Amino acid sequence: MSEAPAICTRGVTRDFKAGQQTITVLHGIDLDIRAGELTYLVGESGSGKTTMISIMCGILWPTEGEVKVFGTDIYELSDTELVEFRLNNIGFIFQQYNLIPAIDAASNAAVPLIAQGMDRHEARERAVEMMAKLNIADQADKLPNQLSGGQQQRVAIARALVHEPRLVVCDEPTAALDASSGRRVMDLLREVAVAEDRACIIVTHDNRVFDLADRILVLEDGKIIHDGTEMPEEH
Amino acid sequence: MDPVSRTTDVSYALPSTALDKVRGVPGVEWAVPHIRAQASVRTKSGDLEGVAVIGVDDATLIGLPKNMVEGSPDVLSQPDSVIIDDVGMTRMFPGQSPIGERLELNDQRAVIRGIADATPSFTSTVVLYTKYSQALNYVPGTRNRLSFVLVGAEDPSQAKALSEKIERETGLKAQTRDEFARDGVNFIIENTGIPLNFGITVALGFIVGVAIVGLTFSLFIRDNIKQFGALKAIGVTNGKIRKMVAAQAALVGFVGYGLGVLGTLAFIWSFSANPTFKGFYIPWQIPIISLVAVTLILALTGWLALRNVLKTEPAAVFR
Repeated sequence: MSEAPAICTRGVTRDFKAGQQTITVLHGIDLDIRAGELTYLVGESGSGKTTMISIMCGILWPTEGEVKVFGTDIYELSDTELVEFRLNNIGFIFQQYNLIPAIDAASNAAVPLIAQGMDRHEARERAVEMMAKLNIADQADKLPNQLSGGQQQRVAIARALVHEPRLVVCDEPTAALDASSGRRVMDLLREVAVAEDRACIIVTHDNRVFDLADRILVLEDGKIIHDGTEMPEEH
Repeated sequence: MDPVSRTTDVSYALPSTALDKVRGVPGVEWAVPHIRAQASVRTKSGDLEGVAVIGVDDATLIGLPKNMVEGSPDVLSQPDSVIIDDVGMTRMFPGQSPIGERLELNDQRAVIRGIADATPSFTSTVVLYTKYSQALNYVPGTRNRLSFVLVGAEDPSQAKALSEKIERETGLKAQTRDEFARDGVNFIIENTGIPLNFGITVALGFIVGVAIVGLTFSLFIRDNIKQFGALKAIGVTNGKIRKMVAAQAALVGFVGYGLGVLGTLAFIWSFSANPTFKGFYIPWQIPIISLVAVTLILALTGWLALRNVLKTEPAAVFR
């Protein structure tokens, strides 16, 4: 396991305007996420976990503070550089998968590679290879609506990993799945997404899979109130 | 023609001496009289039909359509003969041959002895062709009844110069075939509500097109806003998203335009046998203008729809 933090946040604060009011969602968060760990970000709705993960992966600017991802202060980058940084270094798995309905599974999984400029044919081949690791290569030519929820989730995982990012961010990956499918997905993520040079952060409040985490961070009212290998008893 | 005459239907009669004046202009190879007048016909079944009577030169028959559907131009040498145009035939004698039919034309006897293959008039009026001398019997008697003088130039390439010469030497109005045709179109544009009605129809088509395509695009964007957000989060740039939407719009436009052109061709082809549609053609400018309009509609609606995508924050995908 690498000792250098994959993600380092210092004093991260985020305010939102709501009419005349300013609501502070995150209060000066200091956090180190290590590579090689499956890290859960847990909290009630409104605790700030979506805001936190958005800031950590470079899609939402903090009001204050500094975020370094693998040593790069991502909010010091220009817009174009930040988009390129995300494309090359971060893989996303969304709660609703967000697959493009008009193209087949392999093309969906190949999206990051195509966006990087790889030839479509080669990108599809690489995507099918990744899908084979997830045991869904036989579904490569199917449209998303022809796949089950679990299969769509695997395509989304393939899309997140196909370009070999160093940070994988998952938003409620098991929320739409039953308990056994949810555990299978988490096992799969542990198997394919966690590596010595890769960090994997999962936002979840699914207590059925808490035991699979290497580290659990609990957010409450914009502050980290717990950092450990297990959930605190009061949760 | 008289200086105030505008079109075949809007003409002021000339004195018969005008024909001799024109024949006396150097460069005129031939000049023949031409009469065009409105008349009423009582059919055998008792119906009343407004018709145009065209009287052509007795000797040369210049002024008759080149082709005949049935019969020969020579039938006009028989007494009381008229030739009906094919549009008139379908209007007055649907499903039956008009040959040999007797008509009461302004209280005179007329017998149809031929069918001409003629381009229908703008109003699709029934046209009866006869000799000039016979036409004078059919139309009400006024002092001047000569509508036009048709002229052949010794040198056809100098038609324009000849028309100017005729105007100078006779005081009449003279035009080449093309000028007369263009003036006919201009007369309709200037003096009827047709261009306005057509313009309103085209404008409505454009507005409805923009509305429907715009709505379809916006619905597509709205339905897929999460996917666009996901693409932006992954690292797809706004430029690439613009290209994606542009490619999609181009494909939709290509298919739509192609279907439109094919539909138009099918329409024209399916009605080509109908005499009323004879002479109907689409100038080459129309498909080009349509293509420009389609491109404009897609560019406008695509831009409107894209605004939402470009404004979407990647972080929205997590909400």
